[in-house]
Amino acid sequence: MQTLVVLLVKSLVLLLGLITAAALLTLVERKFLGYFQYRLGPNRVGPWGLFQPIADVVKAAFKEDIIPQDADRLVFRLAPVLSVFVGLGTFALIPLGPPVHIGGLTIPLSGAEPNAGILVFLAIASLSVYGVAMGGWASQSKYSLLGSLRATAQMISYELALGMALVSVILTTGTLVPAEMVAYQAQHLPLVLMQPFAFLIVFISLLAEGNRVPFDLTEAETELVGGYNTEYTGMRFAMFFLTEYVAVVVSAALMTTLFLGGWNGPFLPGLLWFVLKTALMIFVVIWIRATLPRLRYDQLMSFGWKVLLPVAALNLLATSILVVIGWIA
Amino acid sequence: MSLLFIVAAFIAVAGAAGVVLAKSPVHSVLALVVNFIALAVLFLSLQAEFMAVIQLIIYAGAVMVLFLFVIALLTARKELPTSPQKWLKNQEVLGAALGLGLMAVLGTVALAGRGAAAEVPADFGSVVAFGRSLLTTNVFVFELTAFVLLVAVIGVVILVGRREA
Repeated sequence: MQTLVVLLVKSLVLLLGLITAAALLTLVERKFLGYFQYRLGPNRVGPWGLFQPIADVVKAAFKEDIIPQDADRLVFRLAPVLSVFVGLGTFALIPLGPPVHIGGLTIPLSGAEPNAGILVFLAIASLSVYGVAMGGWASQSKYSLLGSLRATAQMISYELALGMALVSVILTTGTLVPAEMVAYQAQHLPLVLMQPFAFLIVFISLLAEGNRVPFDLTEAETELVGGYNTEYTGMRFAMFFLTEYVAVVVSAALMTTLFLGGWNGPFLPGLLWFVLKTALMIFVVIWIRATLPRLRYDQLMSFGWKVLLPVAALNLLATSILVVIGWIA
Repeated sequence: MSLLFIVAAFIAVAGAAGVVLAKSPVHSVLALVVNFIALAVLFLSLQAEFMAVIQLIIYAGAVMVLFLFVIALLTARKELPTSPQKWLKNQEVLGAALGLGLMAVLGTVALAGRGAAAEVPADFGSVVAFGRSLLTTNVFVFELTAFVLLVAVIGVVILVGRREA
């Protein structure tokens, strides 16, 4: 009973924290993009534009909810819900800090710590394609369908390289559980130094999985009139939008856990270190968006299959050899 | 039998029924995904954590996505395809008969083995135990499966490469 209450409270706190972070990120991204482009960004609602996310949500909530006449109503309604669910679900696997002791209880600071660890993350994340595919098909619009097909192909392609690079990480640390990977990095080096190629591959793949610049063909506004979410309005659109920002936060948190040593760090408490490192990763993602142009679709596909996947395979091979001869343990 | 098992079993059966009963092919695919996810939960309730994860990653996350991809493209318009001519008469009756037969056989086996459940080790179904069994006791089957996959990969390369030759 007590564990159930602890679990419920913890889940609620984690979810609210994640959603708040994602909402803040919408503002932070627009602000930073503004600075990158020598303008101010949103600055009218509240100090430093701080209430802009709230204004956006209010606006989305009061918009007319349009379902296209020809749409498949059930699938159309289901798609954004599924997207949000998958986005939030992946966060459960990430340990935010060392276990907390409250009144004789030891509470690990993550939603769940399954034995299969990072594989569960991959399992949940692999379902994220369905929201995009269902949304595009159910809209019964050619732009939505084309956008969703592109996105689906892209997500499947980069999932392979992501999985393979993660296997190198698993081989190096000898564990599947994220918390134990953090402990390994505390004893040895942060994995970004030991597995630099895996770091780059996972980072690029996560950008592609989350449909971020330079892989944002899903929403190539100039070519596809928006992509899979073209026909969505109001809160349903906001849910897709929220999912993308949640994905950015979760990706940055995952990179922090796997490669930057998680919550480890001197002087400051663990949770703060974790937030700082995650914020740094998020900043890099925004920086990339402000800097790089969008890839062409054939470039995107050939990069994924002909560059990223072979490099991931070679990295896995090299890691295996190093583990066998005992240089990495 | 836990509550989780019962709920997941009902969802799995509902998903399977949905595959057959749905009019639109895309709905069939989505029902099959529901079925697979429910199956993964069933594996979880039987302590087979690794099987559950693999079920999700491979079947729900990869195989069905390709199904959905093709079917969504083929049925981009929502109009239902006209049902093809039936080559096999009375296939509903035959299917039901075969299904009932399978159920009877499985039911007999399950009931016969009741109460004689072997002791399962504590780490049953965990990734480590699963991997160890795969690479020691069952290594021949494992390598054979890898060989079959290799053949499939070579087949794909030949089929795709023919155009450029």
